[in-house]
Amino acid sequence: MASMASLLHRKLQHQHNRKPFFFFFQSCLFSDSASSSSSSSSSQSIEKILVANRGEIACRIMRTAKRLGIRTVAVYSDADRDALHVKSADEAVLIGPPPARLSYLNASSIVDAAFRTGAQAIHPGYGFLSESADFAQICEHKGLKFIGPPASAIRDMGDKSASKRIMGAAGVPLVPGYHGNEQGIDLMKLEADKIGYPIIIKPTHGGGGKGMRIVNSPNEFVESFLGAQREAAASFGINTILLEKYITQPRHIEVQIFGDKHGNVLHLYERDCSVQRRHQKIIEEAPAPNVSIDFRSHLGQAAVSAAKAVGYHNAGTVEFIVDTISGQFYFMEMNTRLQVEHPVTEMIVGQDLVEWQIRVANGEALPMGQSQVPLAGHAFEARIYAENVAKGFLPATGVLHHYHPVLVSSTVRVETGVEQGDTVSMHYDPMIAKLVVWGENRAAALVKLKDCLSKFQVAGLPTNINFLQKLAKHWAFENGDVETHFIERFKDDLFVSPTNAVSAKEAHEAARFNATLVAACVISMEHSLLKENSPAGNSSLSIWYSSPPFRVHHCARHTMEIEWENEYDSSGSNVLTLTITYKPNGNYLIETGESCSPGFEVKATHLGNHDFRVEADGVSMDVSLAVYFKDQTKHIHIWCGSHHHQFRQKIGRELSGDDEAQHKPSFDTASHPQGAVVAPMAGLVVKVLVKDGTKVEEGQPILVLEAMKMEHVVKAPCTGCVHGLVVTAGQQVSDGSVLFSVKDQ
Amino acid sequence: MLRVLARRAGCWGSLNPWMIAQPRRDFCLGLGVLPDSIDRTSDSFTRNSNAMDELISDLQSHIAKVLSGGGAEAVKRNRSRNKLLPRERIDRLLDPGSSFLELSQLAGHELYEEALPSAGIITGIGPVHGRLCMFVANDPTVKGGTYYPITVKKHLRAQEIATQCKLPCIYLVDSGGAFLPKQADVFPDKDNFGRIFYNQAVMSAEGIPQIALVLGSCTAGGAYIPAMADESVMVKGNGTIFLAGPPLVKAATGEEVSAEDLGGATVHCKTSGVSDYFAQDELHGLALGRNIIKNLHMAGKEGLLSRLETVNHEFKEPLYDVKELRSIAPTDLKQSFDIRSVIARIVDGSEFDEFKKLYGTTLVTGFARIFGQPVGIIGNNGILFNESALKGAHFIELCTQRNIPLVFLQNITGFMVGSRSEANGIAKSGAKMVMAVSCAKVPKITIIIGGSFGAGNYAMCGRAYSPNFMFLWPNAKISVMGGAQAAGVLAQIEKGNKKKQGIQWNKEEEERFKAKVVEAYEKEGSSYYSTARLWDDGIIDPADTRKIIGLCISASMNRPAEDTKYGVFRM
Repeated sequence: MASMASLLHRKLQHQHNRKPFFFFFQSCLFSDSASSSSSSSSSQSIEKILVANRGEIACRIMRTAKRLGIRTVAVYSDADRDALHVKSADEAVLIGPPPARLSYLNASSIVDAAFRTGAQAIHPGYGFLSESADFAQICEHKGLKFIGPPASAIRDMGDKSASKRIMGAAGVPLVPGYHGNEQGIDLMKLEADKIGYPIIIKPTHGGGGKGMRIVNSPNEFVESFLGAQREAAASFGINTILLEKYITQPRHIEVQIFGDKHGNVLHLYERDCSVQRRHQKIIEEAPAPNVSIDFRSHLGQAAVSAAKAVGYHNAGTVEFIVDTISGQFYFMEMNTRLQVEHPVTEMIVGQDLVEWQIRVANGEALPMGQSQVPLAGHAFEARIYAENVAKGFLPATGVLHHYHPVLVSSTVRVETGVEQGDTVSMHYDPMIAKLVVWGENRAAALVKLKDCLSKFQVAGLPTNINFLQKLAKHWAFENGDVETHFIERFKDDLFVSPTNAVSAKEAHEAARFNATLVAACVISMEHSLLKENSPAGNSSLSIWYSSPPFRVHHCARHTMEIEWENEYDSSGSNVLTLTITYKPNGNYLIETGESCSPGFEVKATHLGNHDFRVEADGVSMDVSLAVYFKDQTKHIHIWCGSHHHQFRQKIGRELSGDDEAQHKPSFDTASHPQGAVVAPMAGLVVKVLVKDGTKVEEGQPILVLEAMKMEHVVKAPCTGCVHGLVVTAGQQVSDGSVLFSVKDQ
Repeated sequence: MLRVLARRAGCWGSLNPWMIAQPRRDFCLGLGVLPDSIDRTSDSFTRNSNAMDELISDLQSHIAKVLSGGGAEAVKRNRSRNKLLPRERIDRLLDPGSSFLELSQLAGHELYEEALPSAGIITGIGPVHGRLCMFVANDPTVKGGTYYPITVKKHLRAQEIATQCKLPCIYLVDSGGAFLPKQADVFPDKDNFGRIFYNQAVMSAEGIPQIALVLGSCTAGGAYIPAMADESVMVKGNGTIFLAGPPLVKAATGEEVSAEDLGGATVHCKTSGVSDYFAQDELHGLALGRNIIKNLHMAGKEGLLSRLETVNHEFKEPLYDVKELRSIAPTDLKQSFDIRSVIARIVDGSEFDEFKKLYGTTLVTGFARIFGQPVGIIGNNGILFNESALKGAHFIELCTQRNIPLVFLQNITGFMVGSRSEANGIAKSGAKMVMAVSCAKVPKITIIIGGSFGAGNYAMCGRAYSPNFMFLWPNAKISVMGGAQAAGVLAQIEKGNKKKQGIQWNKEEEERFKAKVVEAYEKEGSSYYSTARLWDDGIIDPADTRKIIGLCISASMNRPAEDTKYGVFRM
């Protein structure tokens, strides 16, 4: 076994010079002897897995399962009936309505689904039930293999203070602090001095930042401490306080660990997940930049100790907070599941962690020892979310009208659970995809990340792709100078504020240029479509649709109004009026309304689908276009170079019927006072819906007439007060008689 | 097996029969392909080319003026009312990226004391939802869109084409009605204002849709355009229809009422029923107009010529540059040139299968295709003799039998005169050709590429012979005879008259007299003089000839085939 692994190790090192490696050869990694020696109650290997999750992780787990010849079962809620993870599975079971607590968190119906389909194991993915000790327990009781750690480990690590106690006992470094019950001010001061400034003062109960104080020097301590006590007492009724070292520039570094059921635990190096927004990671990388080999191995050892302390097996992540100033690291918590960002680890070690999970669950031993774990190159993961960056990263929902992720290759992975046309609903996490790239080193990987982000096409709902691009391009990020407050620290660089005149002008210029390209592409696409299928199917008219359109003694021109959707500044008018002149050589001369700009001569060639080759001012480039219709508006997205712009265009009114509201009711004629409503026909009053003198809204039904066996509702012509309503139900009225009037107050 | 053999054959080198069959372009163009016969280094080529360039740049400057409509001030006023210019309106109605064949852009050119760009009305043909339509759009920036006599003539000509080609008519109405100071030339006669509505009624009866979009005022007689239409759209705020405007109403009845209340879209779409579709604004109105055309259902109108024809959709461009047409026709009409060099630049692949090539050689006849559409071409290569006229009549009969559209390339000084010719019955031969031309019921397109004199004009399908379309090159000259000849004839008569009165005419006086006649003929024979008066459908750039003939044929094929019946041919 060991020799086999070392052989593999050499093979990996040999390979890594040429090509990165994934999980091409794991099948030979685990020795059969390990599984046969397993004392597991169900010694039989897993043949069918139920994936108790949705989205990309469910798809990702199923992919590995399929490769191993293991059949897959999906579970889904009503909202996910047509979801990709359902289509990807061999079988799928509906487990409940859209809200997660009634479906994906419903342990009993999931277990039931496993029995119905004969699955022997359940993979919980991440989120949902993945860290529910109870669920793991239920599975064990029901004889289902839970592909994850033992319930006891989940429970131990789920309790934050208990986990810290266990870790402290196991010698894993914790953030220095004082958690004692003695609250005397002198003692506290002494403890604070011991920890070293700056420190943070927190009430033991409560949250939301209430009573929290950062103390930078000893002479501020007393005042802050008393203040915190008072506030805690007032807010939570308990004034116990704890002290902790305050880390001014922390990094979030976590270690991927793996254990088997034979007591072996190893680590697969670390990931840096410092760049976060709303306390959620958006770009992760492995290995962590700017750390020494020593630091890396210390961190790894600490993580392995942590896992061993709770008798861990299967995949887990030990999170550390790293003080970038002192270089110290401290245990934060342990996540007892496969993490979202596990692919970056897979990319640098060339292993399939889901396969490891399944094999460990089967009782097999880990395929290699710590020293044999390869480390090659650098990987990034960018999480692509449906969210509104400008509005504080608020989750967004909508339809993926256009979804073309980058092409995957041996170094580019796209983990996604959605397809074009799918809806990102409010029920679940708004993550659309994870983009994972690998490079020989950090710089090479970053180049690839930037390139892939610029080619990742999503349209139909707001995403964070532009923001991710800005992050990836930032000099500090390029230097690996990451920390938890990164986005906050560089917010001036990362967000375009409307007050920043220079960048606003630049942005506008870029938008104008892209609008020009949009016009050229839209026209050439329309033209090629018309030429292929003449509107009335009358192909004898094809001569009328030749390019450029013919005019007698002049060039045909076309005016197009499109509105630029400025992601960062929706105020002000961004309407661009483009005049397109069809040149005899087939090019378009495109001028924008602004007189200062000379206009561009653009040549656009439709390459098929949404791809074009455009030539503007002698430079030719590839662009992609997405066009879709929503709310009577034509939305046009363009990807050109590293830019993505979006525009919208009102669709004439060709599609809308004429607006009834614009027509005044026909029965206010000049012969009656303004606001008077007359009977539209002779008939019987069937119902009177309001009392005389009532305030009514425009269009509100006032009474119902019956004539010619038809009921006719008489509505208020405008908002105001009903006057002179004297007719009653059962009364006959004649054509044109005044029924009531509505007057403004 | 065959392929194997063929490949083997390749090894045998010169014995390969395939290689021998392969045409070599430099000396063998294949059957029917016209050779490139022009000498680009000759003086005449350069001279013609320079002269034509001058004519074209002159033409362009006239066109530029009419394209700008009634002037900057009027255009600005129009825009301030949220109204588009008439050509922009048409552009928005047309299928995106489609072509538009505008007619008689220079109608009204130097016709009245005041300028009347494009006669104040834009007409032309283009597709809407895949259906060719005739557009008639008033230009409100030109004299408020009022109808001068020439405006009426242009409107009627558009309707005539629509009737001939069975094209749905879209009237973009924005006009103050008849131009009152010239009412005598606008109102009473047969081909005056009233004929517009007569045509609408008759076309509607024939099932040719009549659609009116009321985008501006539509006063008095103009009110009948939407009223007579099959369907009409009115734009809120801008569109008004009334027999008498507010000032006249006040004068007549004392009633004070705003234009909108008197005849706005609300009144007519809701109360009077004069209009059918209510548009919020002009763009909405134009979109509604497109929808109306989309909903036209022309089922049962089968048997269109265009469906009968075997149109080749894969066609070859001519082998020679179309732009060289600008250098072929001499501006000096005394010089001759081979009409085949023109045909070679108009027809697909320069392929022209000539009929009776060796007989009556001053008239060139033959079959070809233009944009895949079959055509019969008749072109002049000199004076018409007996044989040429008989050949022409024969060829026309062939085309009418086979429903092949005819294209006339006119460059004709006339029929041969003189005793021998008369004795041979040139009048009889000419009459045969005129009979054939007159009665031919296939689409006919006439392009005057040089002179058009005397009875030659008739035989070659001049305006009086109702070609579906007729265009001129800028160098064209049309008159009963050449200026010099006319001067000679008139001088002789004048001399005789003077002699009777006993007055002696000296040489100088005679020359002055002749010069005056020549000058008048020169002016009245010019293409501008013709096009201003709508004796044609426009002056075109020779380089556009192929395209325009193609569009014209396509538009003309929009109707069922008709049988041709000839009158009595004098034998």
